[in-house]
Amino acid sequence: MAGIAQDRPFPPGDYPVVVVGSGPGAIQLSYSLGRLGVEHAVISSDPDAGGMFRRFPFFQRLLSWSKPYAPAAPGTRAYQRFDWNSLIAEEPEHNGLMPRLMDGTSYFPSRPEMELNIRTFAGRTGVRVRHGCAWESTRIEEGPDGRRFVVETSDGPYRAQVAIFAVGVAEPYVPATPGLELVPHYADTRPAETYAGHRLFIIGKQNSGFELASGLLPWARSIVLASPSAAKLSVVTRSLVGIRARYVQPYEDYVLGGGVGVLEAAIERVERVDGGFRVVTRPSRGGDPRAYDVDEVIAATGFVTPLRDLPSLGVVTFGQSRLPAQTAFWESATVRGIYFAGTISQGAAGLKKHGMPANSGAVQGHRYNAVVLARHVAETHFGAAPYRRPLDADGVMAFALDEICGGPELWHQRAYLARVIEVDPARGISDAGVVPLSHFLDAGGPDSLALTIESDATGGIYPVVYGRRNGQVTEYPLPGDDVLQFDGQPQREALGAVLAEFGLPASEVARGLAAADAGAEGMAIPGV
Amino acid sequence: MIQRMEVADELAGLGLFADLTSAQRQGVAHTFDEQWFPEGERILRQGLTGSGFYVVLEGEVAVRANGVEIATIGRGDFFGEISALLEEPPVADIVAVRAVRCLHLPAAQLRELLLAYPAITFRMLLEQTRRLQNTNRWRE
Repeated sequence: MAGIAQDRPFPPGDYPVVVVGSGPGAIQLSYSLGRLGVEHAVISSDPDAGGMFRRFPFFQRLLSWSKPYAPAAPGTRAYQRFDWNSLIAEEPEHNGLMPRLMDGTSYFPSRPEMELNIRTFAGRTGVRVRHGCAWESTRIEEGPDGRRFVVETSDGPYRAQVAIFAVGVAEPYVPATPGLELVPHYADTRPAETYAGHRLFIIGKQNSGFELASGLLPWARSIVLASPSAAKLSVVTRSLVGIRARYVQPYEDYVLGGGVGVLEAAIERVERVDGGFRVVTRPSRGGDPRAYDVDEVIAATGFVTPLRDLPSLGVVTFGQSRLPAQTAFWESATVRGIYFAGTISQGAAGLKKHGMPANSGAVQGHRYNAVVLARHVAETHFGAAPYRRPLDADGVMAFALDEICGGPELWHQRAYLARVIEVDPARGISDAGVVPLSHFLDAGGPDSLALTIESDATGGIYPVVYGRRNGQVTEYPLPGDDVLQFDGQPQREALGAVLAEFGLPASEVARGLAAADAGAEGMAIPGV
Repeated sequence: MIQRMEVADELAGLGLFADLTSAQRQGVAHTFDEQWFPEGERILRQGLTGSGFYVVLEGEVAVRANGVEIATIGRGDFFGEISALLEEPPVADIVAVRAVRCLHLPAAQLRELLLAYPAITFRMLLEQTRRLQNTNRWRE
């Protein structure tokens, strides 16, 4: 067991929940389950925490940033909006860890800094993992106490009522194009200096392809990137869809004629020729095939979800990444009791309003999915009381303004997670926590308001309130703001009109997040 | 394990994309993203903004206006084009009658697709004409 963390808790046996994985998704989930008192085992084949960040990104610098200096004080809930990489804790001292571990040379953490961030969070919050314990197979066992999942591992079997897989989307995917088996995948890229003076062809025009192109610009003699559809830039799509700003340099070189080619073409085949490769392409918009003779080819063709034998249990997968089909609460849509956390949670796509996807594929999105999932599992499988925090009628306006101004779940998971305020004559007014928006819209329930932040097709960002009365849901978009301050007079008037429809006053008492924005330490931290 | 058919190959069997070349189908396939909905889930929601355009690859959906089912559609059919092109909320719910695998395109990109591929536009026009004809027959 050389190199494996020495603490080996959770020996094989029976547990209420078993969590597989030790990346940010699994660590966040384990933390949140623990705070809710849900007993569980965490197992991972890796020797330590960190997940994909133990190895990737290849060029050792993340795409997502954490601002050391931000409009909100570090450690506060409002600060999370400006920190895309820290995990989320109830204790202020465990929040906002990432910027405290960065060396200050960039607001994009390095890969080792991110790995340290995950390990440090686990260590300080007491999240424990049985490392060096490889998930090998899965089966379902019917017993006198009901159905259980049996997770067979290199250390022996784990039996659990609920199994949660946070194993990433990390298995290299290579399409069945003839000849692609001859060339390395992104995951097998060699050190950059070994490409010095070479002609390079990269198959794939998503972030992994452009990351390689960016890193190899100083080394490769020429670079061609190709895939059938047009390259998208995130600054154009106004979302995380497309090539992120950090990797746009090769695209600029292409449009300025600087030795980079960007093709819209299908790859027909790759052949080995003397001293290199021939890539035969066919333009997507018509025209004759064209061959490119190069020294090196790399298949930046993406990754799939390593679900092992889960499909044989009935877990349906879809799409190129083989993501499992999921309910709004990240449960397998076809095998109840199996859940997914971490980047796999992007399989629950939500509404994709105006074409904008959620950020579930990244830490700043799926960390909130994990917090919501933990509560859902605690409530639906282990009898935890639903989260309800009473609100005074006079406090609803201030609470709603706080949430739309800085509620990090709403800002990072736009049109995906919603803060719910119940206006139930029987139970009174209460903060009912954060839930997936699609669940609020479709599941029914008492009269309630759901608060979200959304983006439209033009890139405008604005708050939206969904009001449910007598089972019917109405959408109330609130005015936006040029500098995204959603507590101005236009927003107050529009929000007040919605509250009035629910018999709530538009008055305002002390606001929590506003205090946090000013750097004050204390604020009521709404749960989820 | 059964090898999953590449989406570009699946498009070849759908009327909407039948007139495209193989390379064009690959380009179009990469434009869409794939989604999966369990039985009973709403795909489009009546009255809510920001919906998209969908093409059914597997399964069946019901069209429900004000809670009343007015049609069911299946493999190869499409929906959401009216609200996408007119930039208005859908006038009906679209609900998965049984599990649905489909392709999704954001509304703002449908116009671009139709201008780039007239063969798709013509096929969509044909289908819309048929739907209009059926509606007129029903009225008679």
